[in-house]
Amino acid sequence: MEGRQDLTLTVNGQQRRVSVEGGETLLTVLRDQLALTGAKRGCNQGVCGSCTIAVDGWPVRGCLSLAAACEGREITTIEGAGADPAMGVLQRQFAERGAVQCGFCTPGMLISARRLIADTPQPGVEEVQAALSGNICRCTGYRKIVDAVLAAAAELAP
Amino acid sequence: MNDQATMPDGIAVGRSIPKLENREKVLGEAQYIADLQRPGMLHAAILGSPYPHARIRGYDTAAALAAPGVVAVLTGDDVGEGRMGAFIKDEHALAKGKTLYVGEPVAAVAAETEAQARAACRLIEIDYEELPAVLSPEAGIAAGAPILHEKLADYLKVFDAGSSGNVASRTRFEEGDVDAAWADCDVIVEGEFTTQAQAHVAIEPCGALAEFEPGGRVTLWSANQSVFRVQANVCESLGLSMAKLRCLTPRVGGGFGNKMEAHVQPITVALALKCRRAVRLILSREEDFEIVRARHPFKIRMKTGASRDGSLVAREVEVLLDCGAFADDSPGVMGYSLLMSSGPYRIPHRRAQGRLVYTNKLRFGAFRGFGQPQMCFAGEQQIDEIATRLGIDPIALRRQNMIAPGDSWFLGQQVLSNGLAACLDAVENASGWKDRPHSTRQGRKRRALGVAATAHISGLLGTGATVRMLEDGSVVLNTGATDIGQGSDTVLTQICAEALKIPVEQVAIASPDTDGSPYNWGTTASRVTYTTGRAVVGAARDVEQKLKQHASEMLECAVGDLELRPGGRVGIVGVPQAEVPFAAISGRAHWAQGGPITGDHSLVFERMTHDPKRALAQGLPFPRIGVFSFGAVVVETETDEVTGKTRIVEAWSAADVGRAINPQLVEVQLEGAFVQGMGFALVEEMVWDGPRLANPSLMDYKVPGSRDTPYDIHSIIIEAPEPDGPFGAKGVGEIGINAVPAAIANALALTTGQRHRALPMTCERVLDAIMQSDTPA
Repeated sequence: MEGRQDLTLTVNGQQRRVSVEGGETLLTVLRDQLALTGAKRGCNQGVCGSCTIAVDGWPVRGCLSLAAACEGREITTIEGAGADPAMGVLQRQFAERGAVQCGFCTPGMLISARRLIADTPQPGVEEVQAALSGNICRCTGYRKIVDAVLAAAAELAP
Repeated sequence: MNDQATMPDGIAVGRSIPKLENREKVLGEAQYIADLQRPGMLHAAILGSPYPHARIRGYDTAAALAAPGVVAVLTGDDVGEGRMGAFIKDEHALAKGKTLYVGEPVAAVAAETEAQARAACRLIEIDYEELPAVLSPEAGIAAGAPILHEKLADYLKVFDAGSSGNVASRTRFEEGDVDAAWADCDVIVEGEFTTQAQAHVAIEPCGALAEFEPGGRVTLWSANQSVFRVQANVCESLGLSMAKLRCLTPRVGGGFGNKMEAHVQPITVALALKCRRAVRLILSREEDFEIVRARHPFKIRMKTGASRDGSLVAREVEVLLDCGAFADDSPGVMGYSLLMSSGPYRIPHRRAQGRLVYTNKLRFGAFRGFGQPQMCFAGEQQIDEIATRLGIDPIALRRQNMIAPGDSWFLGQQVLSNGLAACLDAVENASGWKDRPHSTRQGRKRRALGVAATAHISGLLGTGATVRMLEDGSVVLNTGATDIGQGSDTVLTQICAEALKIPVEQVAIASPDTDGSPYNWGTTASRVTYTTGRAVVGAARDVEQKLKQHASEMLECAVGDLELRPGGRVGIVGVPQAEVPFAAISGRAHWAQGGPITGDHSLVFERMTHDPKRALAQGLPFPRIGVFSFGAVVVETETDEVTGKTRIVEAWSAADVGRAINPQLVEVQLEGAFVQGMGFALVEEMVWDGPRLANPSLMDYKVPGSRDTPYDIHSIIIEAPEPDGPFGAKGVGEIGINAVPAAIANALALTTGQRHRALPMTCERVLDAIMQSDTPA
C-alpha cells in the first residue's frame, strides 16, 4: 500500500475529498486533513478508545482503521453526532451528571454509549460496563459515566 | 448520590453545578495540545537514548538534516549549561554530555510533518561511550557504584538536601525518644514493604507547541499543571529570561502529577528558537511511558509499638527511594511521605528517615498521593496487625489513637479542623462493619472487609487572584491555576460568585497566562481549592470594599452600614429600598470616579511545618505546608482461591473536605482516586527488563477499565470546616487514593492469612499466599 490515493469520504453527512498515503488511518485523516479533532490519539494502538468513531453506526478505532477502507461508508465523529437526538441526550446527561472530567475520553465514550442504547434501549449496569469496556477513563472511576448512560437510556425509553 | 453535606447551600457554594466546560467537551469542541495549530507550524520528534548510562562523544546530524522536510536538528550541543529542577537543579533540556536512562531524549528534529521528523530522528548518528549503569537504589549506594551526577555538589538546591554520591537527598524527622519507648510497648510489629512503579497514564499524552514571535519572544502552549512551573523550567534549562517566554494552556487531558514539572516544553522551545517558527511536539504513548515520570518504588522498613490497651507508643520508619535519573519532585515526595508516616494518629515517639538514590531510569516524581499510598500501605497494615494482636476491632483502634482536635501533626503543626472521627463512623456504618463477618467463603470465592485511614495536606506555596469588574457589573476572575479536568475553574468560580453574592454566570474565569495571570505555583498537592480559593476570597473582598466605598458616596451613608445583597447589589443594612446595582457602581468607576474596580489578593501559605522546640528535622523540603483533609476507606474484596484474582465488590470512601464547594466534583474525585488506587494495589506495574522499560504500552500495562471497576463505590462527604479555608474548604484531589492499597491489603490478610507487604497484589502473589497459609480464613 504505497503512494497517495484520492478518496471521497462521507463524514458527518458530507462528501469530503481527501488524499491519503497508503496505510494512513482514518484518525489522522480526520484530525489532520479535515480538522475534526474530536476523536483523540491516546495510544494509537487500539487500546484506550479515545479515537472511537462511528462507521455505519458501529464504533471503530480510528487509529486502527485504514482511511482507504472507509470509502463509501457513513463516518460519524463526535462533531456530527449531535445531529442525532439520542446523542444529544447522552451529551447532556454526561455533562450534567459529572461523567466528564478531563474530557479526553469523552467523545469516544459517547460514540460507544450511543451504539449500546441503539442495541439495548434499557441496559443494566453490567451491560453499560461491558459496552464501555473498550474506552479507558483515568479520571472518573466510571461510576458517573455509567450513571449518565443509564439516565440517558431512561430518558429515551419509549 | 451519597452527599451527606451538613451545611446549607449558598448562592453558589455547596451546589453540584456541572463543570463550566462540560458542554464544550461533550460536543468534541474542547481543544487539547494536539488539537492546536499555528500558521507554518512544524512537527517535532525526539530520539531516545539506547543506553542507560553513556557518555556522548559526538553527533552526526548530516543525514537527518538532509532528509525530506527537515528544518532543524537539536542536540545537547545546542543548549547551554542551564539546569532545571523543582528541588535540585540537575536536569538539562535534553541530554548533554551524558545520557542517564534508556529513552532519554538525546536529540530532536523539527520537520514539515510528524512522519518526516520521526524518520529523520533515525538518521542521527551518536557516538556513545557506554558506562556501567545503576539500576536500583541499593546498587546506587553500594561502594564503588558508578556516579550519575559527578557535579551534584555544585547543583543549586532549594533546601538542605545533604546530597552525596548517588544520594540526591536525605531526610530525617524525630520526636520524643523512640529508642527508649520500645521498652514501654506490649506489642511491637515490624515489617519490610515494597511498592512498584506506577504510570500516570493520563489519557492525553504530553505535548507542547512553541511559537517564535517577531521580536524574539516565544509563546508556549503545553499540557501542564502549572504555566508558571513550565515557564521556570524552560527558562532555567535554556538560560532564557522569563520575560521572553509566555506560557499558556489549552484544555488538559488529565494530570496526576505527570504534567506538573517539565516534560517536552524545553525541547520544543529550543526548536522554535532554532527554527524561528512554530513547532509542535506530541509524545506517543510509548514515549509518554518512557520519558515523562512515574510513581516511586518505595522500600519501607517500619516498626510500630503499642501498649496493651491499644495506645500507640512509638513508630520508626526508614525508606529507600528510587529517584530515577533526575531529582524532579522526588525530595518532596520522600519528605512528605515521612511527614505523613505516623498516619492520622497520635504517636508520642517517632522517627522517620529516608534516602533518595539516583538510578539510570526515567525520573520518578509527583503522582497523586505524593508518597502516601506507599507509606499508608505499610503504616495502615501495621495498625491492623496491632489490632489483631490485641484483639481490638481495627476501626475502634484507629478511633482510639486518631489525632484529636487541637493536636499537633508530626513536627509540630497545629491541626485546626479534623473530621476523621466522622469519616470512620461513616464508613463503619455504611459498610455494615459491625453487623457482618469480615471474612466469608462461598465455594471458591473468599470475601473480606478491610479498612484504612489517612490524611493529606492542602496548603502550600504561593498563589494569587484578581477579580476585575466589567462595566456591566459582571466580573473576570483570574488565578493562573490550570484546570486539569478536575474542575478547579468551576470551583473557583463558585467561590468568587459566593463571595460577591452573584450568580456564577456573572463570573468569567480567565485561562492561565504567564503574561496576564497572577502567579500560581500549580495544580498539585490538592492545593487549588484551599490555597487559591483563599486568594479568590481575598480578591473578592477587595472588590467588595471598593464597591462599598463607591456605594457609600452614591447613597450618602457610612461604608460600615452597607451590605452586599444577592444578585449584585450594595444596599444599606435595614433599608431595603436603599441600594445600587453593581452595574451602576462599575459604570461610575469606569467613567466618572475612582477608576475601574479591580480586586486582588496573593499569599504564600504561612503555617510552619516544623516547630523546633518539639521535634528534630533535617532535610525538610517544605518549611510551610499544612491544612489537613482526612479520609477513611472500607473495601469488600472477593478473591478466587483457584486463580488468586481479586476484585472489589464494593467500596466506601469518606473524606473530610472542610466544605464541599461542589459536592458532585468531590464525589468524582473520590471515585476516580479509588479506582486509580485499586489499579495500583492490584494490577498496575511498570516492569524493567534490565535497563529497558518492558511494558511501555497500554497493551502491556493494564489500567482498570469499566469492567474491572465496581459500580458500588460510595463516596461520602464529611465537612469539618477549616477556619481560614474558603467557606471552610480543604483539598480533595489526593485524599481518596492514599488509603486504598492498605484497605485492600488488610482485607486480603483476612482472605489469605498472610500479610501482603509487596505491591501490586497480583493473582500470583495472592495465590501464593493462599497456598502458603497454614490457617486458611
